[in-house]
Amino acid sequence: MNTESGVDICTLIIENHECGGRSNQTILEVAEENGIFIPTLCRLAGLSNIGACRMCLVEVKGSNKLMPACVTKIQEGMEVTVNSERLAEYRKLTLEMLLSERNHICSVCVANGHCDLQSLAQKLGVNHITMPYIHPLMPVDASHPRFIADHNRCILCTRCVRVCQEIEGAHTWDLMSRGTKALVISDMNKPWGESESCTGCGKCVQVCPTGALSEKGQAAGEMLKRRSFLPYLSMMREVGK
Amino acid sequence: MTKARVATVWLDGCSGCHMSLLDMDERLILLEEKIDLVYSPLVDGKEFPENVDVALVEGSISTEEDLHKIRLIRKNSKVLISLGDCAVTGNIPSMRTVFPLEKVLERIYDENATINKQIPSKVVPRLLERIVPLHEVVDVDVYLPGCPPSAENIFFAISELLEGRTPDLSSTARFGA
Amino acid sequence: MNQDDLANIAVQTKQNDSRYDHVIKVCVAAGCLSANSEQVKTQLESEVKQRGLEGCCKVKGVGCMGLCAAGPLVANEGNEKMFQSVTPADAAAIIDDVVDHKPAPSAIVMDSNLDFFKRQKKIVLENSGEIDPERIEDYIAADGYEALFHVITMLNPAEVIEQITKSGLRGRGGAGFPTGLKWITVAKASGNRKYVICNADEGDPGAFMDRSVLESDPHRVLEGMAIAGYAVGAEKGFIYCRAEYPLAVKRLRVAIREAENIGLLGLNIGDTHFDFKVEVRLGAGAFVCGEETALIASIEGGRGTPRPRPPFPAQQGLWGDPTLINNVETFANIPPIIRRGGEWFASIGTEKSKGTKVFALAGRVKNTGLIEVPMGVTLREIIFKLGGGIPDGRRFKAVQSGGPSGGCVPEQYLDIPVDYDSLASVGSIMGSGGMIVMDDTSCMVDVARFFMDFCMSESCGKCVPCRVGTTQMHNILDRITKGKAGPKDLELLQRLTGMVKAASLCGLGQTAPNPTLTTLRYFMDEYRAHIEEGRCPAGVCHPAKAEAEVSA
Repeated sequence: MNTESGVDICTLIIENHECGGRSNQTILEVAEENGIFIPTLCRLAGLSNIGACRMCLVEVKGSNKLMPACVTKIQEGMEVTVNSERLAEYRKLTLEMLLSERNHICSVCVANGHCDLQSLAQKLGVNHITMPYIHPLMPVDASHPRFIADHNRCILCTRCVRVCQEIEGAHTWDLMSRGTKALVISDMNKPWGESESCTGCGKCVQVCPTGALSEKGQAAGEMLKRRSFLPYLSMMREVGK
Repeated sequence: MTKARVATVWLDGCSGCHMSLLDMDERLILLEEKIDLVYSPLVDGKEFPENVDVALVEGSISTEEDLHKIRLIRKNSKVLISLGDCAVTGNIPSMRTVFPLEKVLERIYDENATINKQIPSKVVPRLLERIVPLHEVVDVDVYLPGCPPSAENIFFAISELLEGRTPDLSSTARFGA
Repeated sequence: MNQDDLANIAVQTKQNDSRYDHVIKVCVAAGCLSANSEQVKTQLESEVKQRGLEGCCKVKGVGCMGLCAAGPLVANEGNEKMFQSVTPADAAAIIDDVVDHKPAPSAIVMDSNLDFFKRQKKIVLENSGEIDPERIEDYIAADGYEALFHVITMLNPAEVIEQITKSGLRGRGGAGFPTGLKWITVAKASGNRKYVICNADEGDPGAFMDRSVLESDPHRVLEGMAIAGYAVGAEKGFIYCRAEYPLAVKRLRVAIREAENIGLLGLNIGDTHFDFKVEVRLGAGAFVCGEETALIASIEGGRGTPRPRPPFPAQQGLWGDPTLINNVETFANIPPIIRRGGEWFASIGTEKSKGTKVFALAGRVKNTGLIEVPMGVTLREIIFKLGGGIPDGRRFKAVQSGGPSGGCVPEQYLDIPVDYDSLASVGSIMGSGGMIVMDDTSCMVDVARFFMDFCMSESCGKCVPCRVGTTQMHNILDRITKGKAGPKDLELLQRLTGMVKAASLCGLGQTAPNPTLTTLRYFMDEYRAHIEEGRCPAGVCHPAKAEAEVSA
């Protein structure tokens, strides 16, 4: 958040609604305050925003670039389009890409019915994937006594990385390799169960949008994510600044 | 009124979609007045007939036989419904794709076989390297995801088609359920 | 160190050099070095010694002379006599020729009147192939550091920026953003500390412009950075150079040490209050670290991945402070602009693209090497005049400008002027200056597949469109070259190119579809031949149509 003093009030138009907000707010924050839905995936309120999943891309009048609403600050007189034919197509393709990238077998997934990827796909009308499935062989790390990391379901949103670093302060998770080979790893690519930095707090499990991180002992569809701690913690973080 | 010619097909799936179909219960009687079930694992027809109005296909494309069948089904059907997650996404059968085919065959017919260890080369259809959803091979008209799709959704889809409408299942059907 | 000291060094160096009747220059940049030019130099030196010519003949290692394909290159001081493909055994013949005017064997004599040399205009490369890159005195004798002195003693920062703005210089890293405007933004940005970064993470396959500048004339870049530091109010500079350029890194470090030793970098430069220190940071081999925000993350010690802009580095860059980040070639243009004025620079080139551009000419062209030409010359002139055309009597097919994410420009556009906007209008980019020529032995689908493979492997994986999109596009292109694709694949490929271009987070993803887009636009017949007829017109791929196999 911007800590500089010069914060102005801006008025702008989002999806034909006249809205107002502070100049240090993002398009997404103002849209949410005004009840305008912008789909998001890597973003989770309370964590830093990275603009990586590209679900929240919007059109801003006068710019030929699409802007991620989660990190783009509002400006006076801005005109934002959230829903256009092009944006709908791109969002669908983004979801299809994610679903094709690894092995998302919803029917047998612990997060079936409680998955951000699955519900967003339904909400945006993705009822089949138009590109071939890649079917990579991905590891499953069940070395932790209480949790499981199933990389078949990981969408590399890095919510786990961020919650661990920004809120728990352990920085157990990070990424290695690049492209589709990128992998979320604990410590320096040690099994999770052998991690020396992991406090076992389980926040990463709760913020994970899919079934990639889950509690042990859950059958398909049983992994409910409890995220009630996040707004409280993010509030504490703001106060601490 | 002539009855609509409807076929249901079971490719590489668990038949759960057909169980869900039967779960329509008394609505099956309603449908019976409007449709002729011309081909199905539930009826005794060996050849997929011509001039089918609606084909509901369960299961993924996993073998050369599936390939052959789905092309014939497409040729002979006006509307093709991809029924359930196996048909729509590959689902559980497709989990085999991540492993090399020869390893899979070895595991099943050699390592885990207690008698008569041999990899079959005759009679059984050859497995494909990649298991794919129907739409990767043929054009699909209606996608009905779910594992299995609910009886309500199946009934709704057929009813809408019989009324000449394209069913919109976006609010009720999703992958996995 | 003051201006007089600098002038003294220049005078002395020139006097020393004028003692010699003959100077024999040997290229010791990476290309010729790898062809054994170090031994050539040693042999020439011992030959000079043997003949007792030490007093009148000097052998000097210099930077890149350009025509790398014919290396190792040797020349006399005025470049009237040039020698190619020289071996240590040719040393005697070269000295016979240069000193005693006994012509050397024709096999090693090169025509110094080649279009390749004649048609160039050297600003960035004016010292390349002329001065010893490891001697600061040589650079000073060639008017080096004069511009820096002029700036810190005579101009205020705003006046410096005014000259840069007037020059019309645009960023040479690829995007072509007006350099003056960038400098103003950093100068105006509020922050306790500011930084200058030189982007030397040249990662395009087949591109070696920045490498050559750093290996041949490192001080020019340091001087440009110091001037920039003065103009924007930064006291610290970083050069982010890829570790795959060990020679460039070594020469940069030598140059920094030499400049610090005589007070041209460090504290109180030129006895003024201006401080400027430069540090070299090595990249670890990720292409994406050439993207400025990823580069900054890497210098900070983090994972080299880009972040969304705004905020731009000019506002919030290295460690959150305002940061000026320019490419090697951009900085190399700064000293001559200051020395000769912005208007002089603006008189070269086209209306919207000023000055010259260095290109690494490679691929199916006779003269591969490094060239510097004024903006606005045509592709045809570059390829057929400077480059000498296509070897082996083959036909030109396409030229790819701008590295792995540039477009492939077909024959019908060979007469467009080479500038930022014209290249963009045909679907390509200026990029950093790679130029790969292809003839009719290249399959354009295979070319698109090759470059997509590169972008796929180099995608950092942060954003979905680039990470998965490049993989999906690559898989489709791969299937096409193998004859396993259908018309639906082509349709999907086209959808993906548009989406990845528009939705990716950084320049890597946004430009990755370019080779595919342009080959789809200009060479659709080749795609069709693969898909519909199972035939590769260039005979590169073997698209055997597989029966009864699933499309993928």
